[in-house]
Amino acid sequence: MIRDPKDLKRYEPAERANHWVVGISFILLALSGLAFFHPAFFPLTQLFGGPTWARIIHPYLGVLMALSFLALFFRFKHLNKMTPADKEWLGKVGQMVDGDDHNMPEQGKYNGGQKLMFWALAVCMLLMTVSGVFIWRAWFGFDITVVRLGAVVHAAAAAVMIGLIMVHVYAAIWVKGTIRAMWYGTVTRAWAKQHHRGWYRQVTGK
Amino acid sequence: MALQSLDIKQRSATTTPSTQVRQTIEIAKLIDVSACIGCKACQVACSEWNDIRDEVGNCHGVYDNPMDLSAKSWTVMRFTEVEQNNKLEWLIRKDGCMHCADPGCLKACPAPGAIIQYSNGIVDFHQENCIGCGYCVTGCPFNVPRISKEDSKAYKCSLCSDRVAVNQAPACVKACPTGAIQFGAKEDMKDYAAKRVADLKERGYDQAGLYDPQGVGGTHVMYVLHHADKPDLYAGLPANPSISPMVALWKGFAKPLATLALAGVALGSLFHYVTKGPNEVSKEIEDEIEKEDAQ
Repeated sequence: MIRDPKDLKRYEPAERANHWVVGISFILLALSGLAFFHPAFFPLTQLFGGPTWARIIHPYLGVLMALSFLALFFRFKHLNKMTPADKEWLGKVGQMVDGDDHNMPEQGKYNGGQKLMFWALAVCMLLMTVSGVFIWRAWFGFDITVVRLGAVVHAAAAAVMIGLIMVHVYAAIWVKGTIRAMWYGTVTRAWAKQHHRGWYRQVTGK
Repeated sequence: MALQSLDIKQRSATTTPSTQVRQTIEIAKLIDVSACIGCKACQVACSEWNDIRDEVGNCHGVYDNPMDLSAKSWTVMRFTEVEQNNKLEWLIRKDGCMHCADPGCLKACPAPGAIIQYSNGIVDFHQENCIGCGYCVTGCPFNVPRISKEDSKAYKCSLCSDRVAVNQAPACVKACPTGAIQFGAKEDMKDYAAKRVADLKERGYDQAGLYDPQGVGGTHVMYVLHHADKPDLYAGLPANPSISPMVALWKGFAKPLATLALAGVALGSLFHYVTKGPNEVSKEIEDEIEKEDAQ
């Protein structure tokens, strides 16, 4: 569906669908995983048909997330190469978070923060997947030392990743006009000029 | 197995204290390895009392049968041939849950009430609350719990908590023909062990001693060993068992720390929004775009 025909296309339908498969599986994994991590979150298992079902489903959702993230990774890898401008942006991120983005250097399709998020999530995903296999007793039987290491790494990487995703989601909520890019793929020209001027000039030729 | 007539001291995945008021005595099972003849009556009695019938396996050319603990074999005799002081010794150790005072299984378990420690020291699995994750196996320093292939629940020796609750000794104790397995108050068992150790020392086993490892806070299944300086001789009995530092980190301070950190990020985001406001497109840029469109 076309809204303002002058809006800029930021994501293809396949990219959005891919993102939502990762997002949904992540949310379900976080809810069920937290339940196994701390007793305070144990009631969350009721969302999955009870604690035993949560234990059964969790690793399969993990496989889904790993595979769908891998696809997302290869789609966006080339757009997330760090440049000197990104590093400069990251050096000044404190000012922007404080509410003043006038000194921020011009950014391409993704800013330094988004790129850092991309690579941090990729590392977390890798750690989660490998350690998750180590502790998946239904299918695998690794040496006890490997399983113990897997359990620690899985929990630590998960805590970091949940924190990162909270930041990811909050950034999308904070920067108005962003979330629509993940719903229907477009952003306004003003949004692009404000937040990603390099990309704005690239796609509009201005 | 669930039996609620015993006082509960500790419950898995529970952050508030369990009943602490009543003082009951700590019990213990003492296995005198030097008096064991390897008849396996204890294995049979265990299977009989607990109504578990393991699959009839194959002969592997050794006395061990079955070869390992399983969801249906909660105790097994482990036979080892070693040379000590220039003579062959046939060491036989009855393996099974040690009922640690500081149980790694209970620490690791995510399911509230799936693992219970009674005030008498018995660590019991309540399978109706078990979710089958196997974290107890990860947490155990003695490699004891087993996950059933049939129902994915964890099983192990219950120290016959149902019998103990009605003042009966565990089934294996009852069946032992040589008195190698004793049962009673932990203090009494220590006294009995001291006599056995003195006797063994008299007979030339200078290093005889009691196995009650303090790394797990002591156990409620103890061994009298002729070579207490080398527990490893007895089919790999660990010399200094303790909860693995990785398990302690994972289910210890990482739990509250990560929970607080995540709450911090969530609340930090909320308060950032309400103090700094949303990051909207500036009026200036909106006007520029409007001007472009008007041209």
